[in-house]
Amino acid sequence: MKYFHLIWAALFRRKTRTILTLVSIIAAFLLFGMLDAVRTGFDQAGNSANGAERLQTGSRLSFIQTLPQSLEARIAQVPGVKMVTYANWFGGAYQDPHNQVFSFAVEPNYLDLYPEMEVSPAERKAFETTRTGALVGEKLAQRFHWKVGDKIPMQSTIFPNHEGSKNWTFDIVGILHSKDKKSGGFYDQMFLLNWKYFDETTPYNRGQVGWYVTRVTDVNQADRVAKAIDAISANSDHETRTQTEAAATASWMKQLADIGLIVTSIMGAVFFTLLLLSGNTMMQAVRERTSELAVLKTIGFSSRSVLAMVLAESVLLLLLGGVLGLALAMLVVGGVHAAMGGAIPMAPVDAGIWLRGLLLMIAAGLLVGALPAMRAMRLNIVDALAGR
Amino acid sequence: MFLHSLMLFFSALTVFSVVLLAVWMLFARQGRQAISVTAVGIGTLRQRLGMSSVIVIGIAGVVAVLVALLAMSDGYRETLSKTGSTDTAIVMRGASASEVMSVLDHDSVTLIPQTAGIAKDAKGQPIASPELVVAANLPIKGGQPDEEGSVQLRGVSDQAWAVRPNLKIVEGRKFTPGMRELIVGKGAARQFAGLEPGHQVRLGSQLWTVVGVFASGDSMDSEVWGDAGVVADTYRRGSSRASVTVKLADPGAFDAFKTTLEANPQLKVDVSTTLDYFSKQSEGMSSFLTIIGIVVGSIMAIGAIFGALNCMFAAVAARAREIATLRAIGFRGLPVVVAVMLETMLLALLGGLIGGLLAWLVFNGYSASTLAAGSVGKLSFELKVSAELLWVGLLWALTIGFIGGLFPAVRAARLPVTTALREL
Repeated sequence: MKYFHLIWAALFRRKTRTILTLVSIIAAFLLFGMLDAVRTGFDQAGNSANGAERLQTGSRLSFIQTLPQSLEARIAQVPGVKMVTYANWFGGAYQDPHNQVFSFAVEPNYLDLYPEMEVSPAERKAFETTRTGALVGEKLAQRFHWKVGDKIPMQSTIFPNHEGSKNWTFDIVGILHSKDKKSGGFYDQMFLLNWKYFDETTPYNRGQVGWYVTRVTDVNQADRVAKAIDAISANSDHETRTQTEAAATASWMKQLADIGLIVTSIMGAVFFTLLLLSGNTMMQAVRERTSELAVLKTIGFSSRSVLAMVLAESVLLLLLGGVLGLALAMLVVGGVHAAMGGAIPMAPVDAGIWLRGLLLMIAAGLLVGALPAMRAMRLNIVDALAGR
Repeated sequence: MFLHSLMLFFSALTVFSVVLLAVWMLFARQGRQAISVTAVGIGTLRQRLGMSSVIVIGIAGVVAVLVALLAMSDGYRETLSKTGSTDTAIVMRGASASEVMSVLDHDSVTLIPQTAGIAKDAKGQPIASPELVVAANLPIKGGQPDEEGSVQLRGVSDQAWAVRPNLKIVEGRKFTPGMRELIVGKGAARQFAGLEPGHQVRLGSQLWTVVGVFASGDSMDSEVWGDAGVVADTYRRGSSRASVTVKLADPGAFDAFKTTLEANPQLKVDVSTTLDYFSKQSEGMSSFLTIIGIVVGSIMAIGAIFGALNCMFAAVAARAREIATLRAIGFRGLPVVVAVMLETMLLALLGGLIGGLLAWLVFNGYSASTLAAGSVGKLSFELKVSAELLWVGLLWALTIGFIGGLFPAVRAARLPVTTALREL
């Protein structure tokens, strides 16, 4: 540490070169931060304590196939089941079919299974008693400038109402707030409507359920409960498939895109270039300072400390650029979050990403500095001073 | 569209400047000076191998990633737009965003083929194919034992072949109507386990036999087909269907066909040409991929520009004396600027070519898959590295080279001759 000013001075000996190299490093780590945020977002989707307690039961045939409503009572009797509810897709869109909204028709007790969504007791009561009532997520309400008391038209891309029209009308009775903004941003985009209104209005549903959600009493029993639920309808014409919410979400994300592969290949290209670039900078820096390094050795610095100083210089270079880059990534990802509100799975730049980033910086710094540092260490004083 | 015209503009600009430069170099005095300075620069490139390779490899990386990401977007769009044509139309229930959300009852399904404007086959029957579209869960190839993915299952009748003449059986045979038999698309067979002729797969509680593989080169390749009646039975859809695809007698008469159908009071349907329908499905996803490609490419390009700046500044510094000597014996500033720029752009061009070649070698025809909008199954598509994309990559490379070379070039020309000569 006592040589820090020496290393710092060496690093900024040629300001232009160091700053140009720094910008390249910043760009690389900005990209790393953003891509790793997306990758983590995909990995962590559905991975929460509450998610592990919840089981999703859908048709074994496919996710669009419905199940009879009569299953509810039978699932509730399975030992280990604490609570059960059901829902169906509504496929809502506001004003323009492109403004798709995550909209589900649910029973009022749906909210009991999702403690991540908060609703004031008065608003919840209103949802239960208003047939055409709807609860909307905070961000969704902001996006379309809705407030409690508004009567809004909504198109369903799946279900026409009894007149055959796609236009439905809802009264907004409450706002949903996600408890944990970091991981539950999704809930701020939700639109929940009353099951009863839905089922009675559309001639296309008639007591069919899209999927069941079950909360188990003990997480460790989740597998057994899932098997027991599936056993109820085994060999019927409506066989079910039950998974934990975490497993179900992970499977969707995997089908959506092989994010890991894409991110790894991009980062591979980026870091390969980065190593070459900063390696070149360090080589130049050491070559230029040959005589200075020789002087250092002459006045008594050991070969080993010269090696350490050059290595420290390259690590410092990478750390400076990397930390700035990651900080920038943090800002950008935060901005994307604020703008899109959890609509895309992108985790915030958290401790995990910082840790991976820092490790990468140090590793890259050591790798980049290795060759020039060896050169500096092996320097022969007489030759170097003579300029040979 | 905006991006497209921007690219055209840049292409024109590039070609124009290259021509202008060539004329100037061949016929003007300073131009000939520039040639000789450039020749010296390129001749001594070897001594600066490390730095030059940083520029080349850095730019190759940017171009390879950019081209690969854009190829993904293009491949996706092309697979979907190839699926449709202007001479076939798809009829769905009104207010349905996609086939899988649409339900047409039995009456509509019998009524629609009777509309005027539909082509007739040899027997005088209208070429109209009522189809049912559902999703099926199947085990994923190479996945965990319990891991299942979603595939789009289409229940069809004989007419389905008539409206899609490009679809061919490549292995095995067609399914027998009334039997629990499936034929699978090439893409689906690649992604899901057990989709080989002769194998049996479970759909819900039933066993179905795979009897053939078909290929069409479009999004149908990701589907699995069975007899409409049997699929409807399995999925409890009765006699309803999702859509009717018809062959138009005259593609120009689509508007008339659409008006007739939509005006029919017995029906509540939306009509579009299949080309329109499938292109619309690809819009969102494909522009999303393009944006990702451009964002990632731009960030990488910034890194590469600064890398190039760094290297060229160093190169200019190393040749300061040489350049000063040239200027002392009468060479003007402009040829020096042009020479340094040309050298950088040449390295950039090389990088662009390597990057494009790499992207083409690795990713052309690489198959990727995603859950497509408007579909309920994994859509598999191939990345397509087209000549146009390679050209876009080259333009990026040249732009990076231009910016990266400009400032060092200006510095080289401005360096006071006396100071530079005294250096070292």
